[in-house]
Amino acid sequence: MSAVAFTGTSVMDIDAAKIRGAGSNVHFDKVSVAYGAHVVLHPLTLDIAPGEILAMIGPSGSGKTTALRAVAGFVRPASGRIRIGATDVTDLPPYERGLGMVVQNYALFPHMRVEDNVAFGLRAQGADKALIAERVKDALGTVGMATFARRYPRELSGGQQQRVAIARALAVRPRVLLLDEPLSALDAQIRRNMVEEIARLHRSLPGLTILYVTHDQTEALTLADKIAIMRDGRVCSHGPTTELYRRPPNRFTAEFLGRANLLPVTIAEPVGSKGLATARHGDSVLTGAGRDEKAGDKSLLCIRPQHLSLTADAEHTNRIVGTLRDVHWQGELTHLVLDVDGTPVRVSATKLPIALPEPGARVPLFFAPTDTSLLPEDSGV
Amino acid sequence: MSEAVALHAPAIRRDPGKFWIVPPAALLVLLFFYPLALIARQAFLDDSGVANAAEIFRVLHSRFFLNALINTVTISVAATAGCLIVGLVLALILAFVPFPGSSFIARLIDTFIALPTFLVTLAFTFLYGSAGMLNTGLMEAFSLPLPPVDFLYSTWGVVLAEVTVYTPFILRPLLAAFSLVDRGQIEAASVLGARPFRIVRQVILPAAIPALIAGGSLCLLLTVNEFGIVLFIGAKGVITLPLLIYGKAIQESAYQVACIIAVVNIALSLGLFGLYRFAAGRLGV
Ligand SMILES: Nc1ncnc2c1ncn2[C@@H]1O[C@H](COP(=O)(O)OP(=O)(O)OP(=O)(O)O)[C@@H](O)[C@H]1O
Ligand SMILES: [Mg+2]
Repeated sequence: MSAVAFTGTSVMDIDAAKIRGAGSNVHFDKVSVAYGAHVVLHPLTLDIAPGEILAMIGPSGSGKTTALRAVAGFVRPASGRIRIGATDVTDLPPYERGLGMVVQNYALFPHMRVEDNVAFGLRAQGADKALIAERVKDALGTVGMATFARRYPRELSGGQQQRVAIARALAVRPRVLLLDEPLSALDAQIRRNMVEEIARLHRSLPGLTILYVTHDQTEALTLADKIAIMRDGRVCSHGPTTELYRRPPNRFTAEFLGRANLLPVTIAEPVGSKGLATARHGDSVLTGAGRDEKAGDKSLLCIRPQHLSLTADAEHTNRIVGTLRDVHWQGELTHLVLDVDGTPVRVSATKLPIALPEPGARVPLFFAPTDTSLLPEDSGV
Repeated sequence: MSEAVALHAPAIRRDPGKFWIVPPAALLVLLFFYPLALIARQAFLDDSGVANAAEIFRVLHSRFFLNALINTVTISVAATAGCLIVGLVLALILAFVPFPGSSFIARLIDTFIALPTFLVTLAFTFLYGSAGMLNTGLMEAFSLPLPPVDFLYSTWGVVLAEVTVYTPFILRPLLAAFSLVDRGQIEAASVLGARPFRIVRQVILPAAIPALIAGGSLCLLLTVNEFGIVLFIGAKGVITLPLLIYGKAIQESAYQVACIIAVVNIALSLGLFGLYRFAAGRLGV
């Protein structure tokens, strides 16, 4: 299902060509939102490039939905401006913003058939009949729901309803697609498929700018060109997905995105020619990718669980020793939890030595300097 | 399963529980069905107790009956339409336009249901009557010899009073239905480019149709049977079925005529009640 859904639609390819490059950027210019005296979004400045997928992630209550609803026009900023393309939309009502939106519970119109749901936006915009019929067919084809056009929403599964909701949003050719936890009502298996489909959808509509709010970091890492991490109503980091993952700028980002291990270290030698600095953790001398740390600085060495190995080789030149606390076997992955001088360290391994160490054993861990990143110990945000 | 039923079957025979239906049923028969039956019987007997079915045809074809029937239906349909429109507008505002104190207003309108209907009429007389505030005010301001506003003593006065009294009966089920409308749907429609009027028409109203039908048929039922308001306003020539029954029975002591009209009135009410139950059933209340 998922494999055919967004491909093999030749009509879509033509549309894709039409829409290519037609996307708009979204610009938050010092946008703040308050409910009464309670500020839920501190002045936020952020740009989403045309055709970009920006994932906004962060813990519950951090202001993600608020930011998205400000773009949609349901939340009035206390200050700042929001621009979509060249238009300042801050004072426009939602129905004049030319957006698409999909939310967690789909919000399909229960008394309308699937095709009427998808046609709703076009009818509201006064499109003519022939165009509506064509667009509805396209949009439903795009999400693989063409054969369900005559059904009512209650006759569809959750995943199918979500596809219809996406088709409904796409049918109006929005400048920007707003997705607020669109998959969180689906179970894990379907969610994985849908993430793939949204990725494929975006490849076929490369001009479509997407703001994707989620608290699922896997969705964000899979889909997003850039990620903005929200915390307490502020963006605490923002950058290209891989860069944010490889070189998290602060502790919160490192822990929120991919559950990094953070080893407290003291810088011994600042960054040299290869971008590597030397740092001490207890007796161990470790090398890691640094920035502008100075000798003597307290720092955190960020190592991803999958980059730690139980065996040494030419690349895994860093070595630390920990006490094994726990082993969780999960089929394709085995998770080990160790205690390294009071810091819990997680290891995710695909290959393990035949003789697995017992809990309580002292176990050496090896990792490559290039797989690490140094970040400031005390970063406020 | 069948075994269990078999085991319990003898117990049921001795079960005194089922006899509890007797007292309420007896009471119902005594207080409700028996008088109804008496009325129905009386419709066929003239006032000296002799069977006279021809009188039924005479009454049903009489000018005063047809006038009253037309008045009743006109007033009740107009008042119900008014209630639907006013109730819908009020409910939309109360449910979807956030303003401080909206729930207080909703509750205030709700308490209207608790007031006796003729009280509103009395208030109307003070406001719009020939010696009411509006007329005396206008007469003083423009030194008019006669009260300029006299709509109150007409069919429209009755309709206006009934709309005022019965709108809450529409408002209540509508507010209940509106509270179930997913705000997400309204927002989705709005993002898709629908203006408020289209959203009301295509998203909100379809969800409220059962409530409108239930509230509307309840209004029809209540306005068909309205007595106090019509009597209190006492508009000349505005005679409805309940008023006619009252006049024939109490003022003219024409019991057969009163009973014939009463039977028609009851049939009309039961028909409307059936409609109401049907709609309420669809609504799930
Ligand atoms: N209508 C409202 N009135 C008052 N406070 C609100 C309102 N809506 C949201 N908030 C507050 O704003 C803050 C941010 O809410 P928001 O919905 O943006 O969080 P979120 O990041 O989307 O969280 P989640 O991941 O749980 O969806 C929260 O503290 C919330 O309580
Ligand atoms: Mg949210």
